[in-house]
Amino acid sequence: MASITKNEHKSYGMGLHDEVLTGRTQQTFFNPEEGENFFYNDAFDVDFNKRTSIDVKKLECLELNKKIKELMKKGYGTIVLKNPGAKHSLGVGILQKLNLIIEGSLGYFGVGSIDGPVVRISGRVGWSCAENMMSGKVVIEKNAGSCFGAAIRGGDLICKGSVGARSGIDMKGGTIIIGGDAGAFTGFMMQRGRIIICGDVGPNLGDSLYDGTIFVGGNIKSLGADAVEAEMTDLDISWLKRKLKVAEIDKKIDFKKMTKIVSGKKLWNYDNLEPSERKGAI
Amino acid sequence: MCGIAGIIHRGKSTNVGGEMQKMLQSLKHRGPDSTGYALYGSGKNKDYILRFKVGENVGEGSSAVMEDASIYDIRKIEVNKKIEEAGGKIIKEEQITPYSFRYLIKCDDDLLDLAKKIETVEMTEILSLGKSLELVKDLGDASVVADQYSLNNFKGTHGIGHTRMATESGVDIRSAHPYWAYPFSDVSVVHNGQLTNYWNNRRALERKGMRFMSSCDSELIAVYLANKIRDGKKLEDSMKSSLVDLDGVFTYLVATEDKLGMAKDHMAAKPMVLYESDELVALASEEVAIRSLLPHEIDTYDPYEGEVKVWQA
Repeated sequence: MASITKNEHKSYGMGLHDEVLTGRTQQTFFNPEEGENFFYNDAFDVDFNKRTSIDVKKLECLELNKKIKELMKKGYGTIVLKNPGAKHSLGVGILQKLNLIIEGSLGYFGVGSIDGPVVRISGRVGWSCAENMMSGKVVIEKNAGSCFGAAIRGGDLICKGSVGARSGIDMKGGTIIIGGDAGAFTGFMMQRGRIIICGDVGPNLGDSLYDGTIFVGGNIKSLGADAVEAEMTDLDISWLKRKLKVAEIDKKIDFKKMTKIVSGKKLWNYDNLEPSERKGAI
Repeated sequence: MCGIAGIIHRGKSTNVGGEMQKMLQSLKHRGPDSTGYALYGSGKNKDYILRFKVGENVGEGSSAVMEDASIYDIRKIEVNKKIEEAGGKIIKEEQITPYSFRYLIKCDDDLLDLAKKIETVEMTEILSLGKSLELVKDLGDASVVADQYSLNNFKGTHGIGHTRMATESGVDIRSAHPYWAYPFSDVSVVHNGQLTNYWNNRRALERKGMRFMSSCDSELIAVYLANKIRDGKKLEDSMKSSLVDLDGVFTYLVATEDKLGMAKDHMAAKPMVLYESDELVALASEEVAIRSLLPHEIDTYDPYEGEVKVWQA
């Protein structure tokens, strides 16, 4: 199995890909010469010091999401949502840098499909928060429902409380950090990225895990198919310390006693396929 | 999809009908076909409250067979005869809709004989029989049903309810939730999910003499629990064994005269959000339902897989 060395690509010089990922050999790297392709056509030039707020009480999700876009168009870089009332699909599809502060709780699919914003939520979030998130940071002060961070590709998704079942299902990158406990099937069919659970985790952890790493601070009820325990390294510990500090999780954790779970790689043979077969498998 | 909700007040009665109406109305998008309420009134009556229907709502959207409304009166008279035959005495009669009735009756505590006799009348189904339970279900959203059955000012300690999106069976009252755990006084169930070993369990329970009125998989939970209670099991233990015996993805709520419980399957594939305080417990498929009662910031959480919880009124 090939591991990536620092000399192989320019992206390392930019501070990207400085951690060795396990398993995968066919990674696509960011090419700085193609930087212009990494901006969305309708991204707005916003000023983070320009701040405003929206009362969501009488707004439907579509109206609210349009309003956020209108305000970004006007250059507002910090937007506060008041009275979200656990409504569904608020703050979705934000594809650029923005400070989004949500004073209250979200329902299902909150801040889904985002690429870039920093979101702070003072309440709780329902199912599928930050689904398909590509980059940015989301911090939730209370608990989260099931399918937390489903299929995320990048960014940091942080829940300071506990989360439901299937967190990080099908995730393809990024980091999910859970301050409390997590439910069943956490990391189910996870393909890349990292999950940190400071508390206990339910049954079938990392079931059908393709790749990626899961760190658990508490007890694991059971491991899923093809999930195996791996040795914690000094690199893991320093990374965990840094990540939890950034996530503002001040729980006392004995990092050396954390459990590291990776794929046993007994179930998959993806990397052995020819390119044409690989295309077919996708 | 379906939406379920429940609320229980600890040691006090409130307008539980109005509260359930608000919660269920905010879940309308999860199930627009029918809405049902199982409400538990303040204090235990000396007499039994019988809610039954002698026909179906054949309004717009219904999959029930159209009947001449005059047949309902004939069936009602038949039901009255059956109650007398079973040794019961009708104290008060109320006709709520052309096909739906609420009676106050005096009868023995063995309800099986009475229930069996009443349901020999064609198209007649007992919706509930108990000393505090009043079970109402019909086509339409929560406001339509609450207005139709005057539930907006119903005083009680607790209740459960359901908004249904018909998937496994027709759009009619018999397939609507909640289900009464026939023939046990004051036990009702609502369910969100899908049971995959419905027929195996149904055949096994029918062989034990249990009765099914619909082909809705949710009815199985009520009948299953009723059978366990009949065998002398406690409610909470019955719920725990249901997690082993029932296959599929489900979250259900069950209520008795003084308790409200919830159970979630081992996959935790169906949602449930819970709020608990010293005064009350409110739970629903979506937090918006709880927010319809408690708009201020509150702490809620999702129960975990395989969890069973029971609260006392």
